[in-house]
Amino acid sequence: MKFIHYLESISGIAIYPMISLSLFFLFFVALTIWALTVNKEHINEMKNIPFEKSNSNELFI
Amino acid sequence: MEVENFSYDNKIVKQFAFATILWGLVGMLVGLWVALQFVYPWLNVIPQTTFGRLRPLHTNAVIFAFVGNGIFMGVYYSLQRLCKARMFNDTLSKIHFWGWQLIIVAAALTLPFGITSGKEYAELEWPIDIAIAIVWLVFGWNMFGTILKRRERHLYVGIWFYIATFVTVTLLHVVNSIELPVSLFKSYPVYAGVQDALVQWWYGHNAVAFFLTTPYLGLMYYFIPKAAERPVYSYRLSIIHFWALIFLYIWAGPHHLLYTALPDWAQSLGVVFSFMLIAPSWGGMINGLLTLRGAWDKVREDVVLKFMVVAITAYGMATFEGPMLSLKKINAVAHFTDWIVAHVHVGALGWNGFLTFGILYWLIPRIYRTPLYSKKLANVHFWLGSLGILFYAVPLYWAGFTQYLMWQEFTAEGFLKYPNFLETVTQLMPMYAMRAIGGVLYLSGFIIMAYNIIKTVKAGSLLENEAAQAAPLSNEEDGHKGEHWHRWIERRPVQLMLLSLVVVIIGGAVEMIPTFMIKSNIPTIASVKPYTPLELQGRDIYVREGCYTCHSQMVRPLRFDTERYGEYSKAGEFVYDHPFQWGSKRTGPDLARVGGKYPHSWHYNHMLDPTSMSPGSIMPQYAFLLDDALDTTTTAVKIRAMQTLGVPYPEGYDKIANKELMKQANEITESLKKDGVETANDREIIAVIAYLQRLGHDIKASHNTTNK
Repeated sequence: MKFIHYLESISGIAIYPMISLSLFFLFFVALTIWALTVNKEHINEMKNIPFEKSNSNELFI
Repeated sequence: MEVENFSYDNKIVKQFAFATILWGLVGMLVGLWVALQFVYPWLNVIPQTTFGRLRPLHTNAVIFAFVGNGIFMGVYYSLQRLCKARMFNDTLSKIHFWGWQLIIVAAALTLPFGITSGKEYAELEWPIDIAIAIVWLVFGWNMFGTILKRRERHLYVGIWFYIATFVTVTLLHVVNSIELPVSLFKSYPVYAGVQDALVQWWYGHNAVAFFLTTPYLGLMYYFIPKAAERPVYSYRLSIIHFWALIFLYIWAGPHHLLYTALPDWAQSLGVVFSFMLIAPSWGGMINGLLTLRGAWDKVREDVVLKFMVVAITAYGMATFEGPMLSLKKINAVAHFTDWIVAHVHVGALGWNGFLTFGILYWLIPRIYRTPLYSKKLANVHFWLGSLGILFYAVPLYWAGFTQYLMWQEFTAEGFLKYPNFLETVTQLMPMYAMRAIGGVLYLSGFIIMAYNIIKTVKAGSLLENEAAQAAPLSNEEDGHKGEHWHRWIERRPVQLMLLSLVVVIIGGAVEMIPTFMIKSNIPTIASVKPYTPLELQGRDIYVREGCYTCHSQMVRPLRFDTERYGEYSKAGEFVYDHPFQWGSKRTGPDLARVGGKYPHSWHYNHMLDPTSMSPGSIMPQYAFLLDDALDTTTTAVKIRAMQTLGVPYPEGYDKIANKELMKQANEITESLKKDGVETANDREIIAVIAYLQRLGHDIKASHNTTNK
């Protein structure tokens, strides 16, 4: 009656967690490396998008 | 470069803002009503206002009407400005707005009448599901249209969150709503039992993730910097926050099903990913709070920032608690208790509510070109709201622990200390009363806000089209060889959407595909048979009345569960359950093994007046089930629908189904008569009794045969 028994009967089930773990790991290693090395100018440009003076609201209140 | 003149559409923002306030009021009023029903069960008055029907109305109104309109308000305001473009198409904006409001009205007109699919947070029936899909796609179309004609090359992080929200909610809604209609107002999900549960909580959990969290994080990344007048603390962190959050969240659903009949590996997967979620969640929280570094003096002055700070703090608390609750040991304590109700309300009242209020107080004066009517009233709202959250959450945490401690306590002789479930309910009454007071405080604050905003709106005038200028994007690529892939994706909304979709599909697929494969591997329990026609009708009444909002049908393999209810639930027991009815809260006892526990007449009298059988019970009276005639015209079509879904009724069974139904109904009526209960054989109560007596029957039967 244990669930593990029909888990075992699915062929190649072990590959699912392995695929997911590798994907997860590689993606975040790449992402973190990029985030740490990206140039500061670009970061500042992105940060300030909400503050671009293109709408009249900025002058108000 | 030539500068273009255009305007921002503030009218649509105003409309969504007003809808947010209106539906917030309705949703919270219903919430207060159902909270009071715990203390004053007579508030269940008529069938349309029984707890089981109103609770889905409350959750739907708060999530999809209040928060939903809040999302659209914030997205329509910020997206235009972040893209330096007017919304793509005003007609689409209108269709989106009015379509969404019509869906809400349809929900309000169906749920109290028991028209429900019986799946939590997805109760709306199939015609409304289709309408939701269409209106949601209109929103997506309008959003992408705007993004594609933008005048800002890079997509700000807020927009990524909007895109991930759109794509994931589409996926969740479609997958979870695949159902087979049997009439205009009734359908059965194609999934049954364990699979239905997995799909439902994959949906349910990610509705929290992608409807209550990611869009609001997008709003946080826009409105907090705006209100604090300084850029977000770390843009690097926000990138990692985004990808980590959407990647991890989608896997976490099974933590709602710990100790259930869901396969162990899926439970473990859910736990691991839920636990990891704390990292991106707190990354986001820290990023939001640190944006205010050096601006704390402003927080003291500015009510908008006060609301936002509490919102982020509530987010931090709820996202710390979430991973903890997903640990099996803690889950065994919290699951099915009021702890969970407290947990979700910290999220809903604190995070979603307070961020919405902050945005409203910031945005309304700006589009109406006038200062807020009263800062003092806004401060009063802030304190009432904060106290409301505390008065709501603390008693329910207390109630949750009390429940657990009473459920699991054994005497020295090894018997349950509180064998009567009701004792564990009446104990909680003071906590339920305090919780309702919390609701009153929170709602009063909300009403004050509504007044304040009406006054502000009257004093100002709406700037419907706000003039703006920006240079168009040049066609030339500013990309260069060797450019990093992430900078590349930041300029490409469609690719960003596709990548987000891939990311969330991986999680969903890994979880679900093996569970669907199990279908052929599920250990069928020979004694588990399809429901009889009468039981099937009774089950549909059970679903209609929302019994699952208070009663679970899932005995966990924990000693205090099996001792109280009987043998733990097996996956094979639920193969004919469209939809599954495991429930998520035990205000009343579990019903998985209730069949045969009481005579028919007990159920009859209990439905007429629960307190006659269980003095002190807070269950609504279901006297109308004793009066209303059972609709047997639907039996044949329901049987055929079940056959389509793979339930092995014999060929042509639909033609004799009603004859079988009457036969069983007569037996029950006869048995009732022996106990001195006179009733016609065609009342709904007969079907409900048949269904309740069936629950757990098959497992008991299997034991009898194996023991022989």
